[in-house]
Amino acid sequence: MRIAVCVKQIPDPATPYDLDPDTHRVVRPNDQVLDDTDRFGVEVGLQLAEGDDGSVTLFSMSPSGSLQGIRQALAMGADKAVIIDDETLAGSDALTTSRVLAAAIEREGFDLVVAGTESTDGSSGVVPQQIAELLEVPSLTFARKVDVADGVARVEQQTAGGYDVAEAPLPALLSVTSGVVEPRYPTFKGIMQAKKKPIDTLTAADLGFSPEQVGDAGAGQKITSVTSVPAREAGEIVEDDGEAYLKIVALLEQAKVI
Amino acid sequence: MTTWVFSEEIDGHASASALELLTKARTFGDVAVFHIGPGSDGAFAELGAHGATNVYHLAIGDRLPSAPAAGALATLAEEHDAELIMFGMGNTDRDVAGRLSARIGKPVLGNAVEVAVDGRVKVTSEILGGTEAVVTEATGAAPALVLVRSKAFPAEPLTDSVPNVTLVSMPDIGHAGSAVITESHVEDSEGPDLEVAGIVVAGGRGVGSAEKWAVVEDLASQLEAAVGATRAVIDAGWVPSRLQIGQTGKTVKPDVYISAGVSGAMQHLVGMKDSGTIIAINKDAEAPIFAVADLGIVGDLHAVVPKLTEALKAR
Repeated sequence: MRIAVCVKQIPDPATPYDLDPDTHRVVRPNDQVLDDTDRFGVEVGLQLAEGDDGSVTLFSMSPSGSLQGIRQALAMGADKAVIIDDETLAGSDALTTSRVLAAAIEREGFDLVVAGTESTDGSSGVVPQQIAELLEVPSLTFARKVDVADGVARVEQQTAGGYDVAEAPLPALLSVTSGVVEPRYPTFKGIMQAKKKPIDTLTAADLGFSPEQVGDAGAGQKITSVTSVPAREAGEIVEDDGEAYLKIVALLEQAKVI
Repeated sequence: MTTWVFSEEIDGHASASALELLTKARTFGDVAVFHIGPGSDGAFAELGAHGATNVYHLAIGDRLPSAPAAGALATLAEEHDAELIMFGMGNTDRDVAGRLSARIGKPVLGNAVEVAVDGRVKVTSEILGGTEAVVTEATGAAPALVLVRSKAFPAEPLTDSVPNVTLVSMPDIGHAGSAVITESHVEDSEGPDLEVAGIVVAGGRGVGSAEKWAVVEDLASQLEAAVGATRAVIDAGWVPSRLQIGQTGKTVKPDVYISAGVSGAMQHLVGMKDSGTIIAINKDAEAPIFAVADLGIVGDLHAVVPKLTEALKAR
């Protein structure tokens, strides 16, 4: 089984994000990290591949920079990575990102695509569904449990009030939540092997896209303004000395809810 | 212009997001609804009461909705020259919007807290934990697809009018439409509704495990509060996703919001930062939740919260 896993390198969420005042884009430092939610997709891909003598290929559209996030996913055990890195892609919206990723996945060939449900630094949370539609395959999304057997993918999907069991024949796409599996930590051996694993770098043109179709030019949306929202006034922060709960009781009284 | 609103039937009702979106959409002009599910009279009446004149109903059966719904809606949007198609941010909403977007080649403007139509469709969204408001405009040809956060608009019924209901036939979309739902499980809920409760007690990953989650529920039940959770907790499967507060979950504005073991990721903050009084308990003094808290307790929630619950019980 050929498994494609979509991953994203993002600015470290522990550091404050900066917006470029001209483009309104998040400033992307050279050293980006693997989006934590993607480790779950990688782990699902690895487990499914292990049970089936399959392969795991990572797909990512990003300025490659240091590639430390991609190396981390390779160190977990993925076989190779395909990076689409091209200046013309800067400013691409979610749909363009999906088109580029879908084209790269199709070029490589696949039986199953695995993605997280949404990236930590994005907002739309629709890239997996867009990729599935472009690849003309079913999408089993928000999966909290995953199984593939006899050419059929079967998942437990989160719903508002519980969960559904859904299934679809391969080829298919799965989007997985951050609870589906326990991602492995790279071993020393894995880290050493990752340095030798192939990373293919493609341009938008390699995938048949012209500069007008991607990036700012190809986006169907543009940011027209960014304004600061007034911040809440800072409150009182106290270290618990065993009696801090009394402060909460006092505040609840003051708020007249008890 | 015609605005379309996506609705999914849940337990005989139109989705809460659909009624909120209709209330906004009817201020733009004509409104049509694309409704999936069994198609109960009650759901249609709710849609009509909130301003839908026409409802297009796709009886989805045991099919997984995303691909067939996107296929049917693409055809309807073209036939009726839809200018704006509005979705909530629930899982099915995002599934259908995402697939529709790729099918018709239109972008999705996500995470909206305000929508305006002024020649072009413009949405306001909050980013970076709600510290910045961004206005994004759809630049291409109609329709624009918009995903709107919960409670961005209040749902207000208008009339008793019953909408015209048109049955939509299941489109043939081949392999992409071959997914089915084989089982549905509902996990029981207790306590007040998260979105209208005066007090919300929310737990985060810091609670530690599903077994330890009772610490959150005990405090909530003592305060007659609703229980909420972060996405990490939902993803871990400790509680069902209807309890999720944040960008892709519910937006809450209770009088008092108490969090235990919630670090305050940007996606969570946008769902609760407008609460009246915010009380946060977390062991990490650097946790971003403390930046919005009126009272922050740096300490072990498993020490602080049981004492608080006991003290309230003793009153």
